[in-house]
Amino acid sequence: MEKLSFRLTAPRSAGGSRAQAIVGVVASGNLEVLLERNLPADVCTIDIATAAHGFGMVWDAVVRDFVARRSAGGLRISINDGGARPDTVALRLAQGVRKIEEPER
Amino acid sequence: MSDWGMQKAALGERLAAGRQHARGKVVPIPSLGAFLTAVIRSGDRVCLEGDNQKQADILASALANLDPQDVHDLHMVQSGVVLPSHLDIFEKGIARRLDFSYSGPQAARIAKMLFGRKIELGAVHTYLELFARYFIDLTPNVALIAAVSADKDGNLYTGPNTEDTPTVVEATSYKNGLVVAQVTEIVDKVPRVDIPGDLVHFVVEAGRPFYVEPLFTRDPAAITETQILTAMLAIKGIYAPYGVRRLNHGIGFNTAAIELLLPTYGEKLGLKGKVCTHFALNPHPTMIPAIESGWVEQIHCFGSEVGMEDYVAARSDVFFTGPDGSLRSNRAFCQTAGLYACDMFIGSTLQIDLEGHSSTVTTSRIAGFGGAPNMGSDPRGRRHPSEPWLKAGAEAAPDADAALRRGRKLVVQIGETFGDRNAPLFVERLDALELARALKLDLAPVMVYSDDVTHIVTEEGIANLLMCRSKDEREQAIRGVAGYTEIGRARDAKLVEQLRQRGVIRRPEDLGIDPLDADRRLLAARSIKDLMLASGGLYRPPSRFRNW
Repeated sequence: MEKLSFRLTAPRSAGGSRAQAIVGVVASGNLEVLLERNLPADVCTIDIATAAHGFGMVWDAVVRDFVARRSAGGLRISINDGGARPDTVALRLAQGVRKIEEPER
Repeated sequence: MSDWGMQKAALGERLAAGRQHARGKVVPIPSLGAFLTAVIRSGDRVCLEGDNQKQADILASALANLDPQDVHDLHMVQSGVVLPSHLDIFEKGIARRLDFSYSGPQAARIAKMLFGRKIELGAVHTYLELFARYFIDLTPNVALIAAVSADKDGNLYTGPNTEDTPTVVEATSYKNGLVVAQVTEIVDKVPRVDIPGDLVHFVVEAGRPFYVEPLFTRDPAAITETQILTAMLAIKGIYAPYGVRRLNHGIGFNTAAIELLLPTYGEKLGLKGKVCTHFALNPHPTMIPAIESGWVEQIHCFGSEVGMEDYVAARSDVFFTGPDGSLRSNRAFCQTAGLYACDMFIGSTLQIDLEGHSSTVTTSRIAGFGGAPNMGSDPRGRRHPSEPWLKAGAEAAPDADAALRRGRKLVVQIGETFGDRNAPLFVERLDALELARALKLDLAPVMVYSDDVTHIVTEEGIANLLMCRSKDEREQAIRGVAGYTEIGRARDAKLVEQLRQRGVIRRPEDLGIDPLDADRRLLAARSIKDLMLASGGLYRPPSRFRNW
């Protein structure tokens, strides 16, 4: 298991008011993303535990694009990765910020 | 002028030699080897019928079992090199030269045999191109074909899988060649005459159906959420704005996802009746929900698909069917339809380079082309206008005189940025180039050339190459949708952002696509069983796709 941590300045804060959201599942080629709204509005942290070693550069690119493109400020994000491809990671992160801005049902 | 008529005389000799082993037109199975040895001459050009679907498998085995002392140096001209016996014929030295189109399951072995000089390669063609050559410089001396049934006069019923047969018979029989058909059974009266008996010289009763590969069946259970997102991008970013009504879908999960999103996502976007009304397409099982919900007016088919026979027969308002009720497919006509009468081709590929050339060849596999390069190319002879064709032409040359401006066919390559076993879709250099160098080929086997492709769609977005004005813009547009592949990460971020401002690149967020919609619940069917149920039980999936 490899652990990676990122703390980034977020240009836009997350929408909605939900305290937390979870998307995805822990499975081979998939990942679980937990989002918690408990940081300053211009900060986003992402902690990754991944089964696949040696992909730090790709994770770096994926999380930086995510924070730049989506509204992720104020979120502490924890990722439990089962060796998902970068496209799946990017999709789950995008789904996560959409889910936390949805009203509770 | 006694020299005229040599071909007719030669045919007469073959017929006489063949009749020694036949009763009327019927060759008994035990005599098949002796019969073929009697009618085939060393050096003959032989078409052994087989494509990506149907196979004259009994005749293929019989040919592979001949003694190379008796028959050798054949020149095989056939659509598909698909069965092991197709290559055994070369391994044993019965055949030497090969002109073909598709080799799917034999891709690795054919590459090995080409490297080992067991096969002398003419060329790898598209289907339509090879059919064309049957009438010019690759006319067969002997055609070994497959049908469902025959009567004693040789009238053939080919059933739903007519496919290449009429083309092969036309080229062979009318040019003094010999036509031999394997049939499941000989009957008093065939259900419909697909091939007239006077073009067929001999028939062999095989006692079982010819082999058909269910090549176009995609299990919805294997469609990923990334593929769903990519399909949403294609529908909202290409189908909708161009109003694509006449099209062909390539094989693969990306287009299967699109088919299964039409009745859900497409419906939500109000696109019913505005897109996807007319197809050149095999009867894909994943089309069932769209057909059942009234999206599709008409489909012409290259071939059939295993298990879809009863469904197609029950939907003759959509499909082309004969007086017997079953599908009439015809590969040559459908390829022509896909080339000239469709406004879009969309399909997957394995590798795309920085110019936009794409290829399904890897260094150890030669899968051939099939029909994709034909459908995935801009027909320069087209003269009839349509909305998508004119719009694409205008995007490519906005300043040209509209009345003199050619339209453009939409040629779309779709896929995730990482494919099978994490292989990147985008590469600096196609493996096809390496293969061409190693085999000393004049041409690298390129599936879709850069100057034909108009759009590339990945989960990251759509690159509209029609709107690129320089080589550099084109390269950055491709890098801009290449995700986290090495090609994608080496993009010029500033130029990519400029391209996005101009609408050359469009991302899911630019199109208002909600990533939460990229969910398997959006598929109109999520399993093969769902497809069967959607068909009212008319679709009968082959056993390998039944997991219940």
